[in-house]
Amino acid sequence: MNKIQNPKSQNSEQGDNNSENIITVTNLTKRYNGFTAVDNISFEVKKGQIFAFLGPNGAGKTTTIKMLTTLLLPSSGSISLNGFDPKFNQDKVRQSFGIVFQDPSLDDELTAYENLEFHGVLYKVPNAIRKERMEELLKLVELWDKRDLLVKTFSGGMKRRLEIARGLLHHPKIFFLDEPTQGLDPQTRNKMWEYILDLNTKEQITIFFTTHYIEEAEKIAQKVAIIDHGKIVSSGTSDELKKNTKSNTLEEAFLSLTGHEIRTEEANAIEHMRMNRRMWRRG
Amino acid sequence: MSTIYILWLRQIKRYLRSRSRIIGSLGQPVLFLFALGFGFGPIFQKAGQGNYIQFLAPGIIAMSILFTSIFNGIEIIWDRQFGFLKETLVAPVSRIEIMLGRTLGGATVAVFQGVIVFGIALLVGFTPISFSGFLLSIIIMILIATLFTALGTAIASVLDDIHGFQLIMNFLIMPLFFLSGALFPLNGLSGVMKVITTIDPLTYGVDGLRGTLVGASHFGLLTDFSVLIIIMVLLLGVGSYLFSKIQI
Repeated sequence: MNKIQNPKSQNSEQGDNNSENIITVTNLTKRYNGFTAVDNISFEVKKGQIFAFLGPNGAGKTTTIKMLTTLLLPSSGSISLNGFDPKFNQDKVRQSFGIVFQDPSLDDELTAYENLEFHGVLYKVPNAIRKERMEELLKLVELWDKRDLLVKTFSGGMKRRLEIARGLLHHPKIFFLDEPTQGLDPQTRNKMWEYILDLNTKEQITIFFTTHYIEEAEKIAQKVAIIDHGKIVSSGTSDELKKNTKSNTLEEAFLSLTGHEIRTEEANAIEHMRMNRRMWRRG
Repeated sequence: MSTIYILWLRQIKRYLRSRSRIIGSLGQPVLFLFALGFGFGPIFQKAGQGNYIQFLAPGIIAMSILFTSIFNGIEIIWDRQFGFLKETLVAPVSRIEIMLGRTLGGATVAVFQGVIVFGIALLVGFTPISFSGFLLSIIIMILIATLFTALGTAIASVLDDIHGFQLIMNFLIMPLFFLSGALFPLNGLSGVMKVITTIDPLTYGVDGLRGTLVGASHFGLLTDFSVLIIIMVLLLGVGSYLFSKIQI
């Protein structure tokens, strides 16, 4: 049962079978009763690449990430992630990636250390490796001193850092970050990217992220894809995108590709609840 | 197994850390024991039914288990809201393990709560017939707790909004309690009341506790055990199924 003694070596073995691309998406479509959230998109992400997935609100970013991370089944099309198809090898896919969700997903009533431990047990990281890795990561995100504090005492930035540490605990090959720097001050944002880039070079982790701070993507991403109305409208390096749209910055390119209109995203019941709760807690 | 254990442990830790919750959830059973126990005691006695505290205590123990376990099951809604559920749902473990770990954790907490109420009942004059009866009553408590935590999980899996909670409180939890024979004897009931109390699963829990703790069971312990086990297995199945269908 506990075959995954060393997830690192096992995963890289699989990744190599799939040439250079660690993520391959082909004709991926997701329809919700009549509405097409993701419309026949295809793209690849290379191993070790830093990939930015940009788009206005409601463009289909989160739906795509959900499909990539086994939280949603596609209506049609195929996905290969680290050589595995989420439809048939759900657990192998899950073992291959780490994720930082758009909204916090920590247990506030547990300590930082316990949150990591919980994750390590769920991902069946062997005891000895787990302890070592937890210490290493907590030191990296500068939370080692605070490991025994309850997460509810943490600031937004500290929570984010803890989530980064948690997402990397099981040595994933791919790291998904859904708006990881949203709502953080520039200092924290800067620091966060520092950790992430550090890990990208040290551990050869592929980074797949979304953000509304287009200048972050311009600075950090090696490849950018822009999605709008469920379709990929452009992809390439940020220099290519700027050249194609005759823009000076990626933000200008982004606006010229997706238009200047303000988008609304219909909130579902859970989001409403979250908003209510937030207001409630503030008061 | 490790998955079930860590989810169980999480529930226990959360419970032990929220002292206000422990104390808060004891308020109601204590109030019921005092107000009803001493308030109705004399009438009950006059009607020739014996000591009311002796009759009432098992019902109040069952009540505290019912409330605690359904709340624990429903806690999934909060996990969903605070995003923590996502963390467990993208992990390479089966949903059944997650559901079982959570349910067992919630049930353990509820049994613990039931034992505390048992202790309080002793203080107000409740006297169980034997120690072995008490040990047997723990098994009944475990069955009640698991059954209703699974029910809470099932409800929380289809409810994505806390607004529905009031509805559940008034139209499910309260009726389950009030129509279970926790407060009144079952013999002599007729018509609709008899039918309703017979289909309320908590009735068998209360009856089982009464059978084990005071030696006065209406249906007989064998029936109580059988009904509780069957419904528990059924609800664990339904809960697991609905939980496996949750979409984030």
